[in-house]
Amino acid sequence: MLLVVEQFLNGLQFGLLLFLLAAGLTLVFGIMDLVNLAHGSLYMMGAYFAATFVAWTGNFLIGVLLALGATLLLGIVLEFVALRHLYGRDHLDHVLATFGLILFFNDAVRLIWGPAGLALPLPAWLTVPIQIVPGVFYPAYRLAIIVVALAVALMLYIVVMRTRIGMLIRAGASNREMIGALGINIKLLYTLVFGLGAALAGLAGMMQAPILTVQIGMGENILILAFVIIVIGGIGSIRGAFLAAIFVGMIDTLGRAFLPDLLRQILSSTAASTAAPALSSMLIYLLMAIVLVVRPEGLFPASRR
Amino acid sequence: MIASLNARTALVALVAAGLLLLPLYSSITGNIFVLTLFTRIVIFALAAASLNLIMGYGGMMSFGHAAYLGIGGYAVGILANEGIGSGFIQWPVALLVSALFALAVGALSLRTRGVYFIMITLAFAQMAYYIVSGLARYGGDDGLTIYKRSDFGGLINLSSRVQFYYLCLACLFGGVYLIWRIVNSRFGLVVQGLRSNEARMQAIGFPANRYRLVCFVIAGTMCGLAGALLANNTDFVSPAVMYWTRSGDLMVMVILGGMGSLFGPVIGAIVYLLLEEALSQVTEYWALIMGPLLLLIVLFGRGGIVGLLGRLSRG
Amino acid sequence: MADRLLCVEKLVRRFGGVLATDNLSLEVAKGELHAIIGPNGAGKTTLISQLTGQLLPNSGTIRFAGQDITHLPAWRRSALGLARSFQITSLLPDFTAADNVALAAQAHNGHSFHFWRAARKESQLRNAALAALKRVGLEHRADVVVSKLSHGEQRELELAVALATKPQLLLLDEPMAGLGITESARMVTLLQELRREVTIVLVEHDMEAVFALADRITVLVYGRVIASGAPAAIRSNEEVKRAYLGDQHVVTRHG
Repeated sequence: MLLVVEQFLNGLQFGLLLFLLAAGLTLVFGIMDLVNLAHGSLYMMGAYFAATFVAWTGNFLIGVLLALGATLLLGIVLEFVALRHLYGRDHLDHVLATFGLILFFNDAVRLIWGPAGLALPLPAWLTVPIQIVPGVFYPAYRLAIIVVALAVALMLYIVVMRTRIGMLIRAGASNREMIGALGINIKLLYTLVFGLGAALAGLAGMMQAPILTVQIGMGENILILAFVIIVIGGIGSIRGAFLAAIFVGMIDTLGRAFLPDLLRQILSSTAASTAAPALSSMLIYLLMAIVLVVRPEGLFPASRR
Repeated sequence: MIASLNARTALVALVAAGLLLLPLYSSITGNIFVLTLFTRIVIFALAAASLNLIMGYGGMMSFGHAAYLGIGGYAVGILANEGIGSGFIQWPVALLVSALFALAVGALSLRTRGVYFIMITLAFAQMAYYIVSGLARYGGDDGLTIYKRSDFGGLINLSSRVQFYYLCLACLFGGVYLIWRIVNSRFGLVVQGLRSNEARMQAIGFPANRYRLVCFVIAGTMCGLAGALLANNTDFVSPAVMYWTRSGDLMVMVILGGMGSLFGPVIGAIVYLLLEEALSQVTEYWALIMGPLLLLIVLFGRGGIVGLLGRLSRG
Repeated sequence: MADRLLCVEKLVRRFGGVLATDNLSLEVAKGELHAIIGPNGAGKTTLISQLTGQLLPNSGTIRFAGQDITHLPAWRRSALGLARSFQITSLLPDFTAADNVALAAQAHNGHSFHFWRAARKESQLRNAALAALKRVGLEHRADVVVSKLSHGEQRELELAVALATKPQLLLLDEPMAGLGITESARMVTLLQELRREVTIVLVEHDMEAVFALADRITVLVYGRVIASGAPAAIRSNEEVKRAYLGDQHVVTRHG
């Protein structure tokens, strides 16, 4: 029972992290119509910056905040120097150009930080297990992730739905020319949105860093999950991304935790141990395949035919 | 128009001649490395050509094409591992499994369009990567060594570098010829029309997804052949060959050479792989140069190399 | 009742909060030329798209030659004999005029899972294409790439492509949009010839052409039918006159 609660919370935590990543991706795609494969690289940079700044300042919180700022800055610079030239082009051009950026970032990181990964140790106050319900303990850090991610999601909701800037963002998503005609500085808006997306990716990266290692190529693996989430949730829909992310996070975590045992009930032990890891990894994709068969536009698409 | 055609034809003729005479050059100079390098290039050219069929002619931007390199390779590897060394069994199996995978993935992915399609083909290819990584019996992440190349009886000896090179070249030329015929056939015109204006094609009576699916399967099967060749070339197969960045490499080759042109992908493969080779001689961090280079190509190089030649001849 | 080729009943189509097609009912008899007119935004193209299958209605039925086609995909409707020309020219820009028409003929000439023979060398397709091009007066431009054709020629090509599918019912969405005086006159003559062979539904703004050609006229305003009948009756209908009062479009001649 304890195990189920723990895995449930792990799934929630993973899902929220995925949401942060997917939200940035879907924002940038929904508003600037830009497919950014290098989003995973920003996730990676967030983690690397965090590990570096935390080690440099000796303080976890300050290091994380600095890293957040650095990733935001990196995103803005990237948009300004390279990505803004891609607006309006074929999606294939986006794919290629940002693919080139991935190659660049991976090697740049290797040059600066070396091929071995980094570690991001947690301060003592974050490693204590917290009693959430009598008898059930959960690591403070993972709780912190859940809290922070939910807070960010809430902030995102408020900004996009209730503020003037958010209105511009939503309007910009449906009619770019009109926004330009209103005299709003579209270029600045786009740069800020991209920076926001980068910060979200970086935040996800640095939050995940203490749990997994910080290494080259970490962005690519998780980027694919972000894509799957957007497909399941529906493009352009942040609400869809949220629900799909939680769903995917749960299925993946619970699947990996309980599928091997489940299989052992049905199949022989050897068959189960060979099939289980492969099947667990496949679970998400099977889910995506099912959604595609039933609802090709995603579960909560922004528009319907 | 005539001038640009001549420049293109000249380049193609030159490249074809060069590829045919390469083993001669290699034996004269004693440079074996260039032969093995170009065997690899020729195999990837076949893979790129198959991708061009669906991307350049069909307008289907598949980001999961490297999966078939892996499937073809593992078909050969797994069968070899289980004691079935005959190429007459391994290669048809490689083609069949590639076709089936393409059928399944295509049937699901073609329900979507545009960027969705790109993401989904990417996701399915990664799924295949994870499945294969999980096959502990066949090496998992570390890959599978192939101790003996595919056996074709007395017909051809794949262990001979020269014979193997010519086999790969024959597959490449055969594949390109097949694509040429397909593209100009009834089927090919439909597929090209679908790329050009799907609504119009549906309005005149063509069920889009059926034709796209068949095209997708043909391309996947052809790439499966490339996979079988690749496994034989390296005497080794691992999940890394189907990692999604490899699919990106294939896309770059197609676009670099010029999408929707018959020899574009061949030229693109040659240029990309030679560039990669050259850059890695110069520096260990060749991606630092290659990355921004790709970006610049996208921003300034419309139509790839073949398109560039056309523009140079005209102006 | 047997000569009702097209029967639309209580068609409804919404886009978010907008009711583009409002309980629309319509009948087209076999062999007639039925015009659909209405001010901009009346939902004419939305109606055509639902008839051909590019859009699906929220409710209502469409029957063609007695068969319920409401939810059939576009390509199946084409196979049944429904052809369409698009309001905004929709051709294959990289192909020649002949290629465009030949493809339409090919769609109705057996299957296209032939992978080897060069399709452009198939004489029956080529001949069918040239015949259709001749009909609209474009046979001398057969081998010109579509992107190099003039706007008027492209509109004529749209018609040729629709004709090549050997339709029972031709749905023409503003075929004269953007045409000059001579080209419009040519189009009207062409339609006069075609009406003897195929049933036509014509969406048009050019009132002179509409009243010269139509057997019956249906007037659409805000997705609703406000009048339907013979041209003379429509011309004197008070509601119709009111709907067009103040509207910029009334009988604007181009060129």
